[in-house]
Amino acid sequence: MNKRTYKDYASARAAKSDTPKNCLFAFLVGGGICAFAEAIKAGYLALGTEKETAAILVPCTLILLTAILTGLDLFDGIAKHAGAGTLVPITGFANAVVSPAMDSRKEGLVPGLGVRIFSVAGPVILYGTLASVLYGTVYCLCGAGGAI
Amino acid sequence: MKREILSFPNAPGILAAASVVGKHESEGPLGALFDLHDSTDRFGKETWEQSESEMQRISFNLALTKANLREEELNCIFAGDLMNQCTASAYGLLDFDLPYFGLYGACSTAAEGLILASSMISTGLYDKASVTASSHNCTAERQFRSPIEYGGQRTPTSQWTVTGAATFLLSAGGGDAYLTQALPGRAVDYGITDLSNMGAAMAPAAIDTLTRFFRESGMTPSRFDLILTGDLGFEGYSIVLELMKKEGYDLSENYTDCGLLIYDRTVQDVHAGGSGCGCSAVVIASYLTDLFRKGEIRDVLFLGTGALMSPLTVRQGLSIPGIAHLVRITKERMF
Repeated sequence: MNKRTYKDYASARAAKSDTPKNCLFAFLVGGGICAFAEAIKAGYLALGTEKETAAILVPCTLILLTAILTGLDLFDGIAKHAGAGTLVPITGFANAVVSPAMDSRKEGLVPGLGVRIFSVAGPVILYGTLASVLYGTVYCLCGAGGAI
Repeated sequence: MKREILSFPNAPGILAAASVVGKHESEGPLGALFDLHDSTDRFGKETWEQSESEMQRISFNLALTKANLREEELNCIFAGDLMNQCTASAYGLLDFDLPYFGLYGACSTAAEGLILASSMISTGLYDKASVTASSHNCTAERQFRSPIEYGGQRTPTSQWTVTGAATFLLSAGGGDAYLTQALPGRAVDYGITDLSNMGAAMAPAAIDTLTRFFRESGMTPSRFDLILTGDLGFEGYSIVLELMKKEGYDLSENYTDCGLLIYDRTVQDVHAGGSGCGCSAVVIASYLTDLFRKGEIRDVLFLGTGALMSPLTVRQGLSIPGIAHLVRITKERMF
């Protein structure tokens, strides 16, 4: 068997992830997180918080809860089953920032934590910012929305 | 034909072997055979890297105790691990005032160390030497994959890095079993780039070494009580079984893999099985030496398998070369 045929052979025989099951879990957990977020929002509104402030407090709460669950060694156990269900909402981003920070805290606040904290989430921040700059430029050039 | 098999005159014996493992391994099918475990995986240390070093230190001390030897009676240490610059070994064995060779053979390190130490002893340069190898799930996760608490999903072909260290004390004077022959592996690259399918990346190396051994020695697989690969996991094990059959060698009767023995895949969530330097090291130091001691096996082929990539080479898109060092372990001396 040569290199070319071996690679095809190995990937063809490799056990595959259970996609329907993963999709179902992602849908249920992701949907559950969104429903939970709505409940938090309703809670803040019931406490008399302004609508705009409540909209900011909801992701902050989810980030805080994820950070706590990550610190307690619980988040990865949930994410293992939830997959995209915990990755896609802001919970995935929070975990991606907290986990490398935890990993490198013994290597110092600057060379360890400071350098490594965005080692997973960095690309999201970089390309997210670039995409928004691009979008803003197009938006501006088209003169849409009467921005200029 | 060029002779590649090393047949050791005055084959060194395994005087003692000690194994130290983490919680997950102690809960596996071989749990009762390991000498010591720590259910926190920390071994009393603050960082995972120090924990791995501590496992090495404990396994080395345990092996000395088992053999009733003092440190100064050894000639040399051969040791290796998966961490950058082999620091688990260098720091873990720093206390011992002995000549030290740091080895990197990826997960094949235990076999590589056994071959090198056996060469030195059988040629009379050394009388006694030690071989230590280790891996820690958390140091490997940090270095090769993602942060430990990162919540992601692993593919079915991925393997679980064993938390474990083992030390073997080899002696010209003999022991429970003898390192009779060896066949050093060749780096073999069959183009696998998937870091989550190391079994498939290493299987061609195991097949290469096994077929070279059978061809040159004229022996057949059925001659051996056991043929044991280091950490191919279920994926690599199945490939070896299937492709060796195509080469004309039926391994279905007596072949298994340390990565399959160390965990119960049905309940331990390790996907394709165990991996890492510690995987084959602790299985050989516990399960295999135990079988030899009881006289249940007399002739075994052990292949330490390794994947020779780094996170950098993977990011640069290079494929993963594998290597497989073969050691023939027998109950009696043969040459």
